[in-house]
Amino acid sequence: MNRRAALLGTGLMLLAAVLLALGAAVGSTGLDSLRAVREDPVAWQIVRDIRLPRTVGAWVTGALLGLAGAVAQGLFRNPLADPYLLGSGSGASLGAALALLAAGLSPAAAMAGGWWLQVGITGAAFAGAVLAVVFTLTLARGAQHTLRLLLGGVIVGVVLGAAKDMVTLSAPDILQSMQGFTLGSTSFLGWQAVALMASVLALCLGASWLLAPVLDGLTLGEATAASLGLSLPRLRAALVAVLALATGTAVAHAGLIAFVGLAAPHLVRPLLRSTHGALLLLSAGMGGALLMAADLLARWLLAPQELPVGVLTALLGGGYLLWLMHRRSMAGAGR
Amino acid sequence: MSGAVLQARAVHARLGHVEVLHGIDLALPAGRWTSIVGPNGAGKSTLLKLLAGLLPCSGGAVELQGRPLAQWPGRARAREVAWLGQGEGGADDLSAYDVAMLGRLPHRPWLAPPGPADHAAVERALRATHAWDWRARPLGELSGGERQRVLLARALAVEAPVLLMDEPLANLDPPHQADWLAAVRSRVAAGGTVVSVLHEIGFALQADDVVVLQAGRVAHAGAANDAATHRALEAVFENRIAIRPLQGQWVALPRP
Repeated sequence: MNRRAALLGTGLMLLAAVLLALGAAVGSTGLDSLRAVREDPVAWQIVRDIRLPRTVGAWVTGALLGLAGAVAQGLFRNPLADPYLLGSGSGASLGAALALLAAGLSPAAAMAGGWWLQVGITGAAFAGAVLAVVFTLTLARGAQHTLRLLLGGVIVGVVLGAAKDMVTLSAPDILQSMQGFTLGSTSFLGWQAVALMASVLALCLGASWLLAPVLDGLTLGEATAASLGLSLPRLRAALVAVLALATGTAVAHAGLIAFVGLAAPHLVRPLLRSTHGALLLLSAGMGGALLMAADLLARWLLAPQELPVGVLTALLGGGYLLWLMHRRSMAGAGR
Repeated sequence: MSGAVLQARAVHARLGHVEVLHGIDLALPAGRWTSIVGPNGAGKSTLLKLLAGLLPCSGGAVELQGRPLAQWPGRARAREVAWLGQGEGGADDLSAYDVAMLGRLPHRPWLAPPGPADHAAVERALRATHAWDWRARPLGELSGGERQRVLLARALAVEAPVLLMDEPLANLDPPHQADWLAAVRSRVAAGGTVVSVLHEIGFALQADDVVVLQAGRVAHAGAANDAATHRALEAVFENRIAIRPLQGQWVALPRP
């Protein structure tokens, strides 16, 4: 089992390396030869300051979402759980909308975006995501009751989503920027953002590795986990914190990227049935590879036009899952 | 009474706003197997959870080795008391071996890989329930009975002095019910304390002691081969069963 996990991990890393090389080469004019790029200082600058950070950033964002998805599915013992379940998605949107409103900018200026504006939107989105989770926890009176937590997350999501819509309607100027945020985008990621996200990813990976035995124990139900000596209220709060931090960081930088968090663990499971230690790490690797591939295709398919990356993740991940379900139901019918 | 490993003193318990147990006194000595029986809704599972320290008492206290359960640190308690619940779902992606290994969680330092003692305990447990041969199969691909045997092995693998089991025979076919009986007997012979909630009266009467629970109170507690216990059992089931000896064992016959 462990050898298979190592093999799959290596495979995902190799895939990421290949995608990184492709990501550096693919631009708005199609595929560049990397050797030619090295001799042209302008082209090299484009690769170094735009293509590389957004490609690496796509991997880190996807890894954060994949990890958050695996944590959410283990924590809620539900394969349909996704990282936005605790209201963090709507909270981040509201934060971003308020930041844009406060900046009072036209869409063109927002797109060009000064560095400070970018930091402001990111900070507001992150604060919104974390506040939404705190709000959900308050509503559910702590993390002890999974069902109450789920219900609280849904309610907070709806209410904050409605608030975001009110803000957007009151200032139609920000509509276009908001749409970009809602669909998710990896195109504005710079090295600073990548460094910040990578440190959060390292932190979250470490914490979830420490908490993996809790998720294993929870697979047998909360009472059994408690009978094994796991102090659930404390440990579950720690898991919620990891979930909120990973999701909030990803959403703040890249918007509401659909489906990566839900799909990544499901893409790992048919390849490897394992305890959560390996599942969490591999889901992060799978999420990273998925979003990196989507980012690449988003730039490539309609170049020089760019597709929203969230649309592609839904198409890619969703298509694969559909095929997987179809294959499984065929196998079930044949049995 | 002082020899009791696990003792309930005037225990009350609530589920939501409803009080389910109204003052239970119970002493469970080492080296004995006790069956808890009673009609549906008598509070059997609740009592078992209380004894495992999984539910707080709303009155009274449960003592493990003379010390209130609430004062035990979780992991230390988990090494002393193993609990098998009713209809534990999930874990479909874990192999039978991984599930049984979860029983070793209280014995292992956090994140330490399982040691030789853990592997040995898991192998003993899986062999005892005859699940060793397909230990690599994920739980999601097992039948109900096979899954129950893995869950049973998970509880056995803790190798705790006190073993509490809620409906352990669910989905088991007769040969594996006999295996379960053998596992319990060897546990008790080694000085362990076993408490089981059982629906099948015939199996419950194989135990050393029987506690008859009715509407959240102990209706009777006594030896399994005592006539008074049999009368109490018949009474609690509205005299719809008759307990008769057959080839040196007690059987419960339905009475129309």
